[in-house]
Amino acid sequence: MKQELFEQHHRPQWEAFARQLDALERTRRRQRDPVTGFAESYRELCHHLALAQERRYSPHLIDYLNQLALRGHQQLYQSHHNVWHYMVQFILLEFPLACRREWRFIAVSAVLFFGSLLIMAAATYHHPSLVFSVYPDTAVEDFTRMYDPASKALQDEKRDAGDDFTMFGFYIKNNIGIGFQTFASGFLLGLGALFNLLFNGIAIGAVMGYLTERGFGVTFYPFVIGHGAFELTGIAIAGAAGLKLGYGLLSPGRLSRKQSLINAAREAMPLVYGMFFLLLLAAFVEAFWSSSSRLPDLVKYLAGSGFWLLVLAYLGSGARRGSG
Amino acid sequence: MLDTYRKLETPENIDLDIQVAGPVVRIMAFTIDSLIRLGVQIALLMLMTLLGKFGMGVFLISTFVLEWFYPVLFEVLNRGQTPGKRAMGVAVVNDDSTPVGWTASIVRNFLRIVDFLPLGYLTGLVSMTVNKDFKRIGDLAAGTLVVYRDRPAPAAPWPESVSSPPPVALSLPQQRALLAFVERRNQLTLARQQELANHLQPVLQKQGDEAVNYLYRVATWLRGGR
Repeated sequence: MKQELFEQHHRPQWEAFARQLDALERTRRRQRDPVTGFAESYRELCHHLALAQERRYSPHLIDYLNQLALRGHQQLYQSHHNVWHYMVQFILLEFPLACRREWRFIAVSAVLFFGSLLIMAAATYHHPSLVFSVYPDTAVEDFTRMYDPASKALQDEKRDAGDDFTMFGFYIKNNIGIGFQTFASGFLLGLGALFNLLFNGIAIGAVMGYLTERGFGVTFYPFVIGHGAFELTGIAIAGAAGLKLGYGLLSPGRLSRKQSLINAAREAMPLVYGMFFLLLLAAFVEAFWSSSSRLPDLVKYLAGSGFWLLVLAYLGSGARRGSG
Repeated sequence: MLDTYRKLETPENIDLDIQVAGPVVRIMAFTIDSLIRLGVQIALLMLMTLLGKFGMGVFLISTFVLEWFYPVLFEVLNRGQTPGKRAMGVAVVNDDSTPVGWTASIVRNFLRIVDFLPLGYLTGLVSMTVNKDFKRIGDLAAGTLVVYRDRPAPAAPWPESVSSPPPVALSLPQQRALLAFVERRNQLTLARQQELANHLQPVLQKQGDEAVNYLYRVATWLRGGR
């Protein structure tokens, strides 16, 4: 069949298909008219493209059909799912399951992070001057003043709801940013994640040991126990995601290195989403609960311990489901 | 050979042509996006300082969102295109040319911090130049491609011409070359058209304008005109 005849026969079909594509590509779904018979028209168009290629019709025609087929391919093979529904399902089910599946990386990450934190805390408790090797003098002065029981009451009085919200924004930007960095820098053979875990462990441990030794634990622990449940576990999980990424690149097994990296990234993502969720909760609790001066310390200790149990039971809930 | 076209075999058993985008056009798209982001941040900062401490919190949160999710939100919700990519006519797709989803988009954009190392996206640039699909590290880990999404210009109307059969039997690629010659005539100067047509002098026994018109006639015949 000559090209001209072929075009005459089928052009109305192609134009109709292009209109269907235009309708489907419109971003606002509500303005869309329902489209029927899309898959059939797409198959028909693929057939025409194959014919045009086989018969060496002119490049313009083939480009035109190729472009339509590409757009059709994009429409046909996209995934539609309801984000909100997926979010609930993820939080209730898939994140704990992912934690069970990746428990080895989480275990390694947790040992590195909590290990370095506790060792540094113990070391600083016995040799308080160690804190100056981690922080500059001015920073040490700042947090000493912040947690000094003598001046704490005065500061609490000055703090208002606006400050709480500013700090909420700060915790989100800073802490969740660190979480994401920990994951992504894991690409560097896991070294980035390793560095972030140890660095944060040592930094937190040094403050903890130093303030405890100074006898400021009475103001420090009630403050940190609540959000610590979400934040510290969040950091450990971010580290696990980063280590997994690096391990995928380092040890591809029987896959190609590229495919192994792609798989590792995809499998690490549930941990990243979960870590995002935990750190978001941590920011909220830290800004609005931990900082509250109206709550008695006893309430904070009880609730904080409750948070820890809740988080650990939640993260462990995948194991029950997995084995049951 | 520097060929940026890739064949993609679909489940319908046809080969689609896709064209991957190179570093220059991607750097330009990135620059546009950076400027937009900067502009939005400055505007937000001015607006939010009016709102005091509460505004400061909103500003910090919006900085966080812009920093990590600006490309992700656009790529997932706007068919693979940030405003910069849209301006340059390119889009992000999965390796199999399906639309990019949340997970792939987040991986490719979070790994920007690796591409950035040691400074100024050097790692990403090196990765792009040694990789045949111009993938930076983020693209490698996410399994994504940046491709051109141009709408082809509508073909110039076929010239009014009588048809005459070709003087010799033509193979399929030769027929195709003739058709392409006529379709591209508006992008070629008259002198260049004549120069090309003159190569066929041994076959056509014609020169210059006459040869060009003769080629039009043959192509019209090939296309099916009477």
